[in-house]
Amino acid sequence: MASRPKLSGIQKQVLTLYRGFLRTARLKDPEERLRIESVVSAEFRDNARNVDRRNFVYIEYLLRRGKRQLEQLKNPDITGLATLEVKK
Amino acid sequence: MLRRTLPALRSVKDGVTDAARQAAKGDAHFPSLRGHPAARVNARESAEGQARLAAAEEERRRGGRPEATTVKEFQVYRWNPDSPGRPFLQSYFVDLAACGPMVLDVLQKIKSEHDSTLAFRRSCREGICGSCSMSIDGVNTVACLKPVDADTSRPSMITPLPHMFVVKDLVVDLTNFYQQYKSVEPWLKTKRPPGGARREHPQSPAQRKKLDGLYECILCACCSTACPSYWWNSEAFLGPAALLHAYRWVSDSRDDYGQERVQALSEGWDKLYRCRMIKSCTATCPKSLDPAAAISALKALHQLRKA
Repeated sequence: MASRPKLSGIQKQVLTLYRGFLRTARLKDPEERLRIESVVSAEFRDNARNVDRRNFVYIEYLLRRGKRQLEQLKNPDITGLATLEVKK
Repeated sequence: MLRRTLPALRSVKDGVTDAARQAAKGDAHFPSLRGHPAARVNARESAEGQARLAAAEEERRRGGRPEATTVKEFQVYRWNPDSPGRPFLQSYFVDLAACGPMVLDVLQKIKSEHDSTLAFRRSCREGICGSCSMSIDGVNTVACLKPVDADTSRPSMITPLPHMFVVKDLVVDLTNFYQQYKSVEPWLKTKRPPGGARREHPQSPAQRKKLDGLYECILCACCSTACPSYWWNSEAFLGPAALLHAYRWVSDSRDDYGQERVQALSEGWDKLYRCRMIKSCTATCPKSLDPAAAISALKALHQLRKA
């Protein structure tokens, strides 16, 4: 097995957050689950591409925001997740 | 009953130490603020500031001293997550003569006339909601109760509450703070079966008096964010605000779970005993409450029950 790159603490935190979203999505309806997964992975991909990896202040801010959103999503009353495109 | 105290932690350069001393003995000037030392100091400071401003304006009108100005510099902490870059202090020049007396009025003026992108929380503008807590000239307080320092020769610095995660500009993330407040179960718990003959929970005036100095807390988070213990251990230590509320319910005569509450707080040394009696909380409280005394009372209750 090829050795994996060693991850930094903050990278692990990001992965844990992503994993948390995927696990929470399993608790929702199957079609909602697909939508949640696509929204979440798009968001993570987008930020991975666009955020400078040395911009710790911003990454930590995103992590905290993500944690807050994950806490909300864990609430069983919340069934789905929707996004809104804001025109600039 | 906890006595309301005077905030001792004032920047010395404010020159309020003298005013504080006068205010402590002189209830005569502000009779409606009897028993509220912090409010009295603020009132005096505000009156003096307004007088100084009026004098400066008069001076300028007569053309005596052109350097007598009413425009003051305010350095405000700015950080926007959506625009890349580090946090910085932005200077705004506000004419105090055309502005309300409190720091919150200045912020409102900045937001409406200078820079609408400035973000801060505010609601009641009279010190009852606790939304506008921030660090002004290095002291945590609610902006709506803090008079502007009328000395225009030096800038005032406005930053978010120290050691909290910033959401944007002066808005901080209080999720953890509210979680901790929730964890002390701040509601009435009785052992009386529901639906009895008496629906109410009667209380004698003497029992009610025990809640004075405790129930006034507005959860502005000034005390918790002034506490070094809380800075380093905000996850484990509950912080002065939550503990003050815990003591408020422990000392409530209608509540039957006082012992259990104290027991729950002292479980795992961190929640309560991280308090080292630094007393920054008492020194900074804008409502002149005494969280440090409440915490030591909780500790005493725990120790007495153990013994």
